[in-house]
Amino acid sequence: MSANLSALAYLISSVCFILALQGLSSAKTSQRGLTLGIIGMILAVGTTLASPIVSSYGWIITGIIVGGIIGSFIAQKIQLTALPQLIAAFHSLVGLAAVCVAGAALLEPASFNLGQIGSIFRGSLVEMGLGVAIGAVTFTGSLVAFAKLQGLVSGNPLIFKGQHPLNAILLIGLVILIGLFAMTESHSLFWGITFISLLLGFLLILPIGGADMPVVISMLNSYSGWAAAGIGFTLANSLLIVTGALVGASGAILSYIMCKGMNRSIINIILGGFGGEQAAASQGRAEQRPYKVGSAEDAAFIMKNAKSVIIVPGYGMAVAQAQHALREMGDILTKEGVQVRYAIHPVAGRMPGHMNVLLAEAKVPYESVLELDEINRDFGQTDVAFVIGANDVTNPSAKTDPKSPIYGMPVLDVEKAKTVLFVKRSMSPGYAGVDNELFYQDNTLMLFGDAKKMCEEIIKALEE
Amino acid sequence: MESISPFVFGLTVFILAVFVGYYVVWKVTPALHSPLMSVTNAISSVIIVGAVLAAGTAQDLLTQLFGFGAVVMASVNIFGGFVVTRRMLGMFNKKK
Repeated sequence: MSANLSALAYLISSVCFILALQGLSSAKTSQRGLTLGIIGMILAVGTTLASPIVSSYGWIITGIIVGGIIGSFIAQKIQLTALPQLIAAFHSLVGLAAVCVAGAALLEPASFNLGQIGSIFRGSLVEMGLGVAIGAVTFTGSLVAFAKLQGLVSGNPLIFKGQHPLNAILLIGLVILIGLFAMTESHSLFWGITFISLLLGFLLILPIGGADMPVVISMLNSYSGWAAAGIGFTLANSLLIVTGALVGASGAILSYIMCKGMNRSIINIILGGFGGEQAAASQGRAEQRPYKVGSAEDAAFIMKNAKSVIIVPGYGMAVAQAQHALREMGDILTKEGVQVRYAIHPVAGRMPGHMNVLLAEAKVPYESVLELDEINRDFGQTDVAFVIGANDVTNPSAKTDPKSPIYGMPVLDVEKAKTVLFVKRSMSPGYAGVDNELFYQDNTLMLFGDAKKMCEEIIKALEE
Repeated sequence: MESISPFVFGLTVFILAVFVGYYVVWKVTPALHSPLMSVTNAISSVIIVGAVLAAGTAQDLLTQLFGFGAVVMASVNIFGGFVVTRRMLGMFNKKK
């Protein structure tokens, strides 16, 4: 295939990828978008395979088959509650693949049209250094995120003295090394860059607490895009540059949306430490205040006699795998003539859109699932707000208490509902470590227990 | 006329693509943010293009192995990302 022809094929793939993202603007067009994305990918790989310089296919075909089987198998089997971990693991692979490609380009530049060993173009060396650095940071950063989400290491922020100066020194060192590498094409400098970047990836994500995971995942999503773009610059391949830029922009926007959902700045999150000390500080004053405890039968009675119920799900629902029982409860109430809707906070769950996927899995009708700004005004005219597995996103002190660590964060106005039913394991504070004023209100009824069991008990009570 | 360096050309493409990405992604409905992440994850593995070049053209075994490793990892991502996205979107479209 001639160079021009393959460049045109790559252009078509780029357009396919753009349309794939555009398809996600509504559920109706999303399937078509996905199909276009797959077509774009097949076209991209096919074009590369057809290029005249590719001479042996053994490694490639074996690699695609092995990777394809592993990937499809995992993606079929994974439970959707574990989606955030899966995505983090996938991001790490993009990072490592970028490192491998940059390494290969260094060892045999001629394969990529970058000149000869010892005289690789200086610009290409800079791009190679950047590509490998971003790839390596993405790799180890995503591994840490994966380990935190999977519960392999504590979700608490890990902070030690001198962390930020150390990171700053590493970062400056990295820039200097890339500069030296571009001038000398020294292989040991290249591996030095790789090593420091791997270390930096670890150090950057370790101090970030579990509650900030939606931001971290989006940020790593963005990095994996920039890594692809970096490799695109090295190989002077427009398709990689375009795709990398799209993915990078997408991750950056998601990070921004998540930050806004928590009213925090991205710098603040990267510096980390949220959910650590504040937790200890605010726990002290929380106890000994009266709150009302209800039973599943009480909850069933109240909801059966309500006109409208808004369900507020959070990560706790995902952990308890309560989405199916919850939907069944919603169905029974709907049959009784109750209007049932779901309110989704942007940072509910551990990744953007996590709750929506889980509710869709349980076959909750798409139209009854609403975003924060669509439904927040309706709490005032609602009989019952049913909070299940969410906490901080309903805390009214985010609006009233300037001293609260979550002050200014947009929250669901749950307290305005006539009755608040709050499903919770115990009186412990939420992920941000802040006590919730909502528990002590006159119109709040606490339902203690596992989210799934509670839903099942309410269903039983409703059916009686 | 002196020719434009590949870097400047690449940068042009890059900046324009960032703008396209910016406007397209803001239009994505929040309910589909999870599929957005998994699909972007799959397409960022288009890095497989570089991996294929390394695995298919290299003379040296070490380079071939780098290429092979990258092909495997990118394939896991491509297949995994698309399959999981399909699963999710299937759920969003099922009811009705």
